[in-house]
Amino acid sequence: MSETENVVVTLNVNGETHTVLAPPYETLLETLRERLDLTGTKHGCELGECSACMVLMDGEPVLSCLTLSLEAQGHALTTIEGVAKNGVLTPLQQAYIESGASQCGYCTPAMVLSAQTLLDKNPSPTRQEIRDAIAGNLCRCTGYVQIVDAVELAAKRMRESVEDRVRRET
Amino acid sequence: MSEMRIVGKPRTKIDAVSKVTGAAKYGDDMMLPRMAYGKLLRSTQPHAYIRRIDVSRARALPGVLDVITGKDLPIHYGVLPNNQDETALAMDRVRYIGEPVAAVAALDERTAERACDLIEVEYEPIKPLLTMEDALAPNAGRIHDWTRTPNAHKIVSLEFGDVEAAFGRADLVREDTFLYEGNSHVPLETHAVVAKFEGGHLTLWSGTQVPHYVQRALAQVLNIPHGHVRVILPAIGGGFGGKSEPLSFEFCASELSRRTGRPVKIVLTREEQFYTHRGRHPAKMWMKTGVKRDGELTGLAVKIFLDGGAFSSFGIASTYYTGALTPITYKVPAYKFDGVRVFTNKPPCGPKRGHGGPQPRFGFEIQLDKLAEDLGMDPIALRRRNLVEPYSTTVNSLRITSCGLSECIAQVEKGSGWQERRGKMPPGKGLGFAASAYLSGTGTTMWHPDLPHSGAHVQIDRGGAITVFCGSAEIGQGSDHLLAALVAEELGVYPEDVRVVAGDTGITPVDLGSYSSRVTFMSGNATLKATGELKAKLLEAASRVLETAPEELEFGDYEIHDRNDHANSIKLVDAIVRAEAQFGTLGATGSYSPPRLGGNYRGSVIGTSPAYSFTACVAQVDVDADTGEVRVEKLWVAHDCGRALNPTLVHGQIQGCAYMGVGEALMETQQIDGRGLHMSPSLLEYHLPTSIETPEIETILVQAIDPEGPYGAKEAGEGPQNPIVPAITNAVYQATGVRFDETPLSADKVYRALHKKKGQRETTLTIPEFRFPEPERPTPREYYGDCS
Amino acid sequence: MIRLPPFRFFTPGTLTEATRLFAEHERAVVVSGGTDLYPNMKRLQVSPPSLISLRGVRELKTIQAGADGSIHLGAGMTLTQIERHALVRERVPSLVEAIPLVSTLPLRNMGTLGGNLCLDTRCHFINQTPFWRQAVGSCLKDVGDVCRVAPGGSRCWAIASADLPPLLIALGARIRLVSERGEREIPLSELYRDDGIHYLNKMQDEILTRVILPRNENVRAGYLKLRRRGAFDFPSLGVGAALQFNADGVCESARVVLGAVTSKPLEMPQAQGLVGEKLSAPLIAGVAEAIALQARPLQLADYTYAFRKQMVAVYTSKLLNRLAD
Repeated sequence: MSETENVVVTLNVNGETHTVLAPPYETLLETLRERLDLTGTKHGCELGECSACMVLMDGEPVLSCLTLSLEAQGHALTTIEGVAKNGVLTPLQQAYIESGASQCGYCTPAMVLSAQTLLDKNPSPTRQEIRDAIAGNLCRCTGYVQIVDAVELAAKRMRESVEDRVRRET
Repeated sequence: MSEMRIVGKPRTKIDAVSKVTGAAKYGDDMMLPRMAYGKLLRSTQPHAYIRRIDVSRARALPGVLDVITGKDLPIHYGVLPNNQDETALAMDRVRYIGEPVAAVAALDERTAERACDLIEVEYEPIKPLLTMEDALAPNAGRIHDWTRTPNAHKIVSLEFGDVEAAFGRADLVREDTFLYEGNSHVPLETHAVVAKFEGGHLTLWSGTQVPHYVQRALAQVLNIPHGHVRVILPAIGGGFGGKSEPLSFEFCASELSRRTGRPVKIVLTREEQFYTHRGRHPAKMWMKTGVKRDGELTGLAVKIFLDGGAFSSFGIASTYYTGALTPITYKVPAYKFDGVRVFTNKPPCGPKRGHGGPQPRFGFEIQLDKLAEDLGMDPIALRRRNLVEPYSTTVNSLRITSCGLSECIAQVEKGSGWQERRGKMPPGKGLGFAASAYLSGTGTTMWHPDLPHSGAHVQIDRGGAITVFCGSAEIGQGSDHLLAALVAEELGVYPEDVRVVAGDTGITPVDLGSYSSRVTFMSGNATLKATGELKAKLLEAASRVLETAPEELEFGDYEIHDRNDHANSIKLVDAIVRAEAQFGTLGATGSYSPPRLGGNYRGSVIGTSPAYSFTACVAQVDVDADTGEVRVEKLWVAHDCGRALNPTLVHGQIQGCAYMGVGEALMETQQIDGRGLHMSPSLLEYHLPTSIETPEIETILVQAIDPEGPYGAKEAGEGPQNPIVPAITNAVYQATGVRFDETPLSADKVYRALHKKKGQRETTLTIPEFRFPEPERPTPREYYGDCS
Repeated sequence: MIRLPPFRFFTPGTLTEATRLFAEHERAVVVSGGTDLYPNMKRLQVSPPSLISLRGVRELKTIQAGADGSIHLGAGMTLTQIERHALVRERVPSLVEAIPLVSTLPLRNMGTLGGNLCLDTRCHFINQTPFWRQAVGSCLKDVGDVCRVAPGGSRCWAIASADLPPLLIALGARIRLVSERGEREIPLSELYRDDGIHYLNKMQDEILTRVILPRNENVRAGYLKLRRRGAFDFPSLGVGAALQFNADGVCESARVVLGAVTSKPLEMPQAQGLVGEKLSAPLIAGVAEAIALQARPLQLADYTYAFRKQMVAVYTSKLLNRLAD
């Protein structure tokens, strides 16, 4: 089988620009993990059946196992490594660790990204809305309860901090 | 005891930040210089002789470093000492589709995979035996030549008391047949290993639950000294029992590394994970229970057939467990157990969360439900009538210590509104109950029964750095955190101040691993023992400065103070310096062995445990009669875990168990078809419940403090799985009036039962024809007073 | 890790470029979201030498209202973009309700309308890895010469498993197909053939560019799906229906289309039994039974054949009752 030639791929990941030489059929999952050492992005099936490899593309969740790196060019990509800024956890990450929402942790990177996009759109989701939003992310450890707890807690804290700011400013 | 600062309080796990930031490194995240990639070629035949393997074309492929086959790793292994029936790669015969046959190392994974395609294997098919009935049939062929009865891997027949007499005494006797389908662990992370063989020494990073057993088996199979093998655990993406024995790829990666002089990584695909399996045994069960009119149980007889798949795995233990655990919840004065594990040409079964418990528990709790109805009793009242008591002995000579079962039942009864709501719910809705018990670690070890089950070493340096070394396996349950929490509680610091070095056979004392719910109890006790020695030295040193007797001193936040005058104190770090000056380098080793337990019969140690956890569950379901769809609306689960060392973690374990129970109740099965093919080798076909099918789970902690557990703690990681499936099934009966004696409750099955046409033939459940031997009738061993 | 087999990859920016590429590369395969094709390629069910991606083709990414009250949906829009689009939300609420039933959110963020309509047929025996297929022996849709479902026959029984076609056909959708040779517009229902291998009436070089939904005032439509889980799963049965009522509440037109029953979405003429009637539960039940009688689900999706057949009546009836309310 003759290999198809490598091409130059430039990716914007977590605000950093990376240029790699890769075959056109390489998925974003492979590039992130095996060329950029961004191993926080996990994989459990590589067929779109578990969503452990989820990353954000322009703020929306997509699966890196079914996205060609070539086609991820020109988009802002976020992996779990890009969520905490300057070593400070986001309110969701903080709520996540306090709630025990991470057991083995293998679904966690994708789950955190998934839940974050929910909170970006809906600052006060109900438990059912949280369940619906993360239904595409399989977790095998927690039974989802503490994950829902964490998202709820983060939403509450984020709302309170907004209210606080408004109160201080008025 | 003074008030506890850490123990019993919800706290963030010490490794939680690494998990939410993506920093935690799992097996496939290991990247070493010059690393090569391995792939396994697997059997496409369920049962066949290997007549020829030609690897020459694979070897010739550019980028291929080496290819090995069965003859390159001919030494047998197995997790149990007396069942060494596996080789890393099939020798001359394959026994299931997916069994590893050859392994390739190449510069990259694609090339390794392509090389596998180039290996030519000539098979001579043998008639596969794919059901227990076929395997036990007269004149059936043999899957292994060494079994006394063809394909009966292990036969157990035990009778405690006179069961026939017990049934004679009963006012009512019921017989039922049950089927519990097999299912798989499906951790989200598939198996992943990296092996590095350098200068005759092997280092293996493996996501295993049992580093010690893997080290032992590697030394044996690779034929190198035990001390030259180091097994290190990376972060592990879940286990649930599926990673608790040495497995083919661990040997293959190691051997390929030895041959190529490079580190070799092997990561299994999801499909390969399903072939590796070691999951829950499919079980066909016959049960007979006698009761008096007032609900008193008189006797229980069970026959259990376990479909073991092609190899032994933990099979002997699995067989005993399915017999041993049933009598722990209710007083059963007479008990007969016949069990057989059968070899079939399918992926091997092994231990999955609750090992051996869920199948008989399913049958027994449904049968009790039926008996309650026959007697016109409330199902909970029937159980209450027969509850085991704390500090008693079961009919099969198991010692029960602390027991909060009664309180667990009261909690779920109250929480679910059982008395007010049961029987008064709208059509299609129902409540169901079940209870169970489980081990906090097994009472015996597999290899060296005289040696400790767990060892821990704690050291404190002069700057105040505290490190605990333990061979235990953190698989997501939080065992690292618990060790840190125990040490922190003892020494007046916080868990974050304690470094835990665990799961590294090169530097940690032996702990047997994360299986049979043993870590909190056993590693916890070993760690407390080591810490206690250091604590005494610190108190002694502090006592000199504070001029107060050590008995009058206690640890506070980073200090040691007089318990009656907190102002009379010394900073912990100062006490440490003084202690080191007085005693030398501060380090201590502790170990834990459970007391000698078990009856006076063969296999009686299996089922023993230094302490049992207890669980009660009420399930609320909604059954759509039009579609047969069963929705679990809510679960109330009360679990007696002894002292909850960290309630957040205990709730998480219970919820995880309950979720897994929902999966097994509604949708999870590992089905192998008539050709030996896996019917659902992917996450699309093997259905794991999502956040939509998983209900809200109300978890209630019942803390019957155990005298032998660390701070009174028992287990929480497996026990709560046991009652979930029967509770849901009993609830479906309440909701629909239709009994299901089998799993799972898929919509098509429920619909068929609800819309049965008159005269439609019922498929009745059966057990295979098999003559069990005359049972052994041991005399009981009593631990506490009356045995009944 | 399962990886993609090698291929050449083309990324045209315009429709003209795209059609030219298809004319030039005879064995090239079209890809947009990749959520269906890439898993199939990873399992080596198909290994095309080159792929032509429609992701960058601007003309496929618009949603417009036609002067005649129709709506034109660009085939390159992702399912999420369609679900969130104001015009669609206002005018085609049934589509907005149906889209979340497709797979999972990340796949809806990637998968496109065109991709969903052209979703490859599925079968337990083909949607497996090469290893598994080697163990069972290959089938017609693979490289073999026997169907593993119906070993006697010479046709492939793989199942039409997309969620949106039943609803869109019921809504009377038409599609536009464009190639270098020209363009044509056909009813969506005519896109499909009852053949698991050649399941589309579309030439290799034709690109599905848009879906045109006719003006649909007074139409009540919906989609119901049988599956085990609330996410991920393909339909074991899909029922799409659209009913039109006059001012007196009399049903003027009725279309019921079944998915995941045969190799193509199946329009059920028995639905005409509703036309000219005021809908009542017994009438609906009768029509649903008549539909179920004619539906013969193939035995290779999830759940048993018998159950899926029974569910045709239950789901059809459920959906029609909801729409009649």
